[in-house]
Parts: sequence; C-alpha cells; structure tokens
Amino acid sequence: MKIGVFVCHCGSNIAGTVDVAGVAQAAKNFPEVAFATDLLYSCSEPGQEAIVQAVQEHDLDGVVVAACTPRMHEPTFRRAVERAGLNRYMFEMANIREHCSWVGKDKDANTRKASDLVLQAVEKLRFDRPLQAKSFDINKRVLVVGGGVAGIQAALDCADGGLEVVLLEKTSTIGGKMAKLDKTFPTVDCSSCILGPKMVDVSMHPNITLYAYAELESVEGYVGNFEVSVKKKATYVDWDKCTGCGLCMEKCPSKKAYDAFNEGIAPTRAINIPFPQAIPKRAVIDPTYCRQFIKGKCGVCAKVCPTEAIDYEMQDSFVQEKVGAVITATGYDLFDYRKYGEYGGGRYPDVITSMQYERLLNASGPTGGHIQRPSDGREPKKVVFIQCVGSRDKSVDRPYCSGFCCMYTAKQTILTKDHIPDSQSYVFYMDIRAPGKMYDEFTRRAMEEYGAQYIRGRVSQVYPYKDSLIVRGVDTLLGSQVEIEADLVVLAVGAEASRGASELAEKLRISYDAYGFYMESHPKLRPVETNTAGVYLAGACQGSKDIPASVGQGSAAAAKVLALFSKDQLESDPQVALVSQARCVGCGKCVQTCPFGAIQLAEDRAGNPKAEVIETVCQGCGLCTVTCPQSAIQLQHFTDNQILAEVNALCQQAMEESFES
Amino acid sequence: MSAGNGRELRIVGFLCNWCSYGGADTAGVSRLGQPTDLRIIRLPCTGRMDPLFMFKALLSGADGVLVSGCHPRDCHYSEGNFYARRRLELAKRLLPTLGFDSGRFEYTWVSASEGKRWQQVVTAFTEQIHTLGPGPKFSH
Repeated sequence: MKIGVFVCHCGSNIAGTVDVAGVAQAAKNFPEVAFATDLLYSCSEPGQEAIVQAVQEHDLDGVVVAACTPRMHEPTFRRAVERAGLNRYMFEMANIREHCSWVGKDKDANTRKASDLVLQAVEKLRFDRPLQAKSFDINKRVLVVGGGVAGIQAALDCADGGLEVVLLEKTSTIGGKMAKLDKTFPTVDCSSCILGPKMVDVSMHPNITLYAYAELESVEGYVGNFEVSVKKKATYVDWDKCTGCGLCMEKCPSKKAYDAFNEGIAPTRAINIPFPQAIPKRAVIDPTYCRQFIKGKCGVCAKVCPTEAIDYEMQDSFVQEKVGAVITATGYDLFDYRKYGEYGGGRYPDVITSMQYERLLNASGPTGGHIQRPSDGREPKKVVFIQCVGSRDKSVDRPYCSGFCCMYTAKQTILTKDHIPDSQSYVFYMDIRAPGKMYDEFTRRAMEEYGAQYIRGRVSQVYPYKDSLIVRGVDTLLGSQVEIEADLVVLAVGAEASRGASELAEKLRISYDAYGFYMESHPKLRPVETNTAGVYLAGACQGSKDIPASVGQGSAAAAKVLALFSKDQLESDPQVALVSQARCVGCGKCVQTCPFGAIQLAEDRAGNPKAEVIETVCQGCGLCTVTCPQSAIQLQHFTDNQILAEVNALCQQAMEESFES
Repeated sequence: MSAGNGRELRIVGFLCNWCSYGGADTAGVSRLGQPTDLRIIRLPCTGRMDPLFMFKALLSGADGVLVSGCHPRDCHYSEGNFYARRRLELAKRLLPTLGFDSGRFEYTWVSASEGKRWQQVVTAFTEQIHTLGPGPKFSH
C-alpha cells in the first residue's frame, strides 16, 4: 500500500503551535507512507488540487490529511480523494487542530502529539478497504412536529413542493404562541390577521394531514424510512361529528377550568374551543374540571350537542405513519416568573407576564381588548415593564438572552398608549437589544413618539401599597433609587426550552444543549440540520427566536427536506457491520443487541444459522461487534484490528521510551 | 503544558463521534487549554468500546485510559452508551486483579456542547494519572 500524508497549516491555526513541516518530515518514516508534505490550506481549491495531483503522480492507494476535525471536512476530502480516482473510503483524518494546536501551548509537545495522531491515522488507514455505498428507496413523506408558526411554514412549504405532510400538534389547535399575540413588532400588524390565513391554508391543503391534540409516541427507522407512532389523546368529543358550533361551551356548567390559551387570566369551560379562529375548530373536554368525570354525573354537553359528538368513554388512540424525514418545530415555553420572589409574580394579581398582558390587549381575549387589572378590573394608568425576567441571569440558570423581549416590550408600551392615551409606561431594562431590520427604529419610536420612559437598571422589590404596587429599583444612569407607584406590572419573561423537549429529543435521537434547546449540526453552516440524518429543526426549539427568524427557519427546513427528497433513492453509509460467514456460529446475540433491527438470522447453504446484516438499515454503531463472542461481525473501518492498530501506534512509543530510560 | 513533573505520560482516549468527540472539538474551537498527554481514538459510539481495547492499551504501555460518550439517554444510537456503562464498570473492577490501579481508567459522559466540561475532564484525569505516575510496563 502507498499512503500519502498531507499536513495542513490552516494558516496559523495549526502552524502557529505545531511544527507542521516537522510532522510531515516525520510521517515519511511511517509504515507504507510513500509521500508526505505540508499544505497551507488543504481544504482550499489549490490544497485539494495538490492532493489529487500527488495521488496521481505517486500512484497512492490511500490518503491521510492531518488538519481540522473530521466532523468538519471529512466529506470534503473524501470527495477530493474520489476525484483523484481512489475509493472515497481510502481516507483518514488526523485531528491536529481542535484536539491539538488549539488546546496546547507547548509547540514541542503539540508537534509530538500531532505526529502521534498522524501515525495513528496511518495505522488505521492500512486496514481500510474500498467500500461501495448501497442505494435504498425513500418514503417521500415528511412529519412536522409542532404547529406553531415555524411548523406551519415548514408544513406549507413542503406541501406546496408536492410532499405529503403529517403535522402534529400537542394542543387542540395549531397557531402556537403567535396565535396568542395581539400585534407583532416592528410593524404593529395584527398577529391573527397574518397567521390566520396560513392556519386555514394548513387545514385546506390536500397534502397536509393534521393531527391536533396528538403527540409523538415513538420513532423507529432511519432517514428515508421512519416509522412513527402518533398518540391521539382522548378529546372526549368525536371530531368527525363536531362542527365547532360552541353550544356545548356555552351551556357547560363547569366554569372554572384553567384556560391555557389565555394564560390563565380568566377561567374557561371544562369543554372548550380555545379561540374562535382555532384550526381545527373542535371542542375538547378537560377531564380535570368536567363534572361528568369528577362527579360522575352531568352530561349537559352530550344533551345539547346537535351532532351527538360527545363521547365520555373515549380512549387515547394510536396511528402509525411512515415518513422519510422529520422536522421538529416544538417551540419554547415561558420562564416561570415565580422564580423571582422579589417581583411578586404569582402573589400579587396585578403582576402579570408579558404573554398574559398580550391576552389582555387582544380583542379576542377575555377582556375584549380592554386593558383591565386582574385584581379589580380597573384600567391601569401607570404600567411598569420589567425586562430580562429569566434572561441573562446566571442565578436562575438562564444566562442567555432570549432575544425578543426588548422588542415585544417596546411594542407593548406602544399598544398601551394606543389603548389608554393618558397612560404612562415605564421600562426597567439592562440593555436594549434591537438588532434587526427596523428594530432599533421601533424602540426609538416607543420612547420618542409614545413617551415610554426607559430606566436603565434592575428592580429590587415590588410590593403592594393601598390598591397599587410600588416598584422600587435603581436608575444606573442617574445613580439614584427610583420608586414608581404602578397600577400594573408586566414581567418580560424569557424563553426556555419547551417542556418535554428532552423526551422528544431522545425519541428522535437528536442532541440538546444544557438548557434543553436542540443542537444544530453546525452553529453556522448547518443551522437546520441535526446530527441525525433526516431530522431537521425549525423555530425556537433550536434556540429563542422571533417570528421572522422562525418563519425563515421553517422554510429552510422545508427546503432541506425537498432537497433530500429530490432523489428517488438515497445512498447509505457503507461503513456498516460485516459478518464473516466462516467465524459466525449463529448464536444470535448480535440480532438481539442491534438497536435498529439491522441484523437477521439467515441460513448458509448447509442450513447452518448465520447472522446477516441489512446494509441499508445498519447505522454503523458497532454495538454488535463488541457483543459477538466470535469477533465474527466487524464494523467496517472500525474493526477490532484497526482500533488495536491505533492503540499500538499510540502506545508502542511510550513503551519503548520507558525501556530506554 | 503537561501536568505534574513536566514529563508527559501516555493517555489514550476513546471518544464517541457524536457527543464527546464533538465536545472535544468544541473545547478546541473555544481554545480551552488542556494538558497534551491525551491522544484520542474516535469511535462511532461508546457501544463500540470493547473493554479489551482498554486492557490492551494499558498492557501496551499506556499510563491511563479515558472513555467518554453521550450522556445516558442521549445516545445517537439510542442505547449504545448503556451497554458501554455496564461493560466498562465491570472492566474497571477487574483492573486491580491484573495489577493495575483502577484509577488508571475512567469513563465519563460529555456532550457536544460541553467544551468546558471536556476541558475539566481532561485536566482532572491527566492530573490523576500523573499522581499515579507511569504505569507498569510489561515487555512483549
């Protein structure tokens, strides 16, 4: 075998702390290395060209590139190697940047380490064999989890692109957080006027199957061929019969049910339709409040329903769907404002969240769009907004900026002035973060045109005084204490990962960060992909986002799915398990261990049981290789011999040194 | 910047591609400095980690072996790290029988976003190995 080694300078990223030429020189003495050199930027066009030329000139059989992490450029170099006429799997990378030059300061030690890593890669490559990818058919349907604006956009774009879409929504209507908003920044256009038509489009689109009040139960399979089980939660109303007339809601005697859509500022009925524009417009019974469930008798809704849709005996049901890709758009949840005891959220009725305030502003909200204090219904004249409630604060484990609170607070001060012209808004802020088209201008308008008074500083205490609230804080620009007698205090709560996000991630086998937001494949270059092929991200499930960014990411995820499905077949990664028929004793342990059902027992010609790998199903984890008592099943390119060769490469030198000394 | 007496020891790391290898990358991108003793072998999953590799490394002259994968329940392949946890815990307990201090081998969980944690794990483990000193060496 003739191996070529290319050691990358990566400008000064590697060359700054590693003697790159020295590593290349050392590599010339490694086993079977026929050619070694250093390159300034191996991933650049001239760099790749140099590799291709060297392969052809020196008739190389395999290539080692010592550069950045293989998680970044392995595909790039595999393609280059292929262009040079080699099999793309006759290639190994040594990570001498992230794992070496960037983490060590001692140039000698780094150079020794880089040289070891190159030797390790060479030893591994010596056992590599050319592999051929297999093609497999794909199911061109897509599952979108979450019916907020990001999910709606993704579903519509996929459906318009001709794909069949299954849209899952956990609550009884799509629309998500955006459906609750009154107006949107920075245009102050009505939220339901721009979202409503899209919701209707979802319900009318022939390519979209909507499961509302449903959750993802389980996911099996892999890109192109996922099998998902959808749990349709019991609504106790037959949605095929329900017309959404609302008569049941009108007559329901249980009037103290928690209204999640209105953020709990007013009660709703035990049987309810969340809001008039709900899609689907269907009633759901909340069994925690329904008298039929609590006391065992009532039945009013069943009596009044003109279509006899009520079914108290309904059970959860399950539907199986086959899809080829999944877009998660599960959004976010709001920070629990009770964690800041000093603001009095949860103790004083007139301290509310920004989302509750949004419902008070909304004409379809419980107050019909009249701002009323929850305690006495009085119209507030002085409204204090406190920003960064659950954002940029390590003490509550929320060190990140939620990104949209500055903007919605500015919007809410404008709307307050519109609703109550003789009102005055005060905003306690840390910094105003308004990067975005027309965003900074918008916050300026709130201050200059609408007279919102911005006070830079934090609030230390909110306490009741007569029938109002005293907000005590600091104005850090003036260096003085501030006390404001407020009628209403609105807490600009930040975003946190959706409750249940981690459970869903585990089902989809995607990663999440320390706060529960889903991890994209690359923070800059692969922002909608995950590390699990065929699973994409849209909206705030990946990190706090405003509406334009969520819609943008929804479309981006749809574009990724459409690109994935532009072919009829996908190529599977051929680095899969391979059974040695001679060594396999047919014990079946690998069959039991494989998490993907990729191994089955077949018979050889003599009728002996032998394990058989379904190559397109195997995901290449190598669990079976360790399980096999005969070492008969080997994960290609991660075989026992290869890993042991790497171990030897790393240890032999340490051993020799110790005997010398 | 090797810890301890200045002489570098040989530590072999086995990292799963999806979490810990990415975590080590994240540490690198963030320039989180670490001792230089560790050399990393990339595995698809800690489920691919045959305890034999650890024994082989120690018998071949490594002074320490570190395995790191995805946090339990966060495995890219659903359950590979559960197998790893069982196998490696058992393997660790066998080490004294073979004449190795069980502190020469650790397994841990570091996700792709936990660059800082990776720095801490590498630093702490390297210090631990330097405290134990060079491992026993057996000639072939």
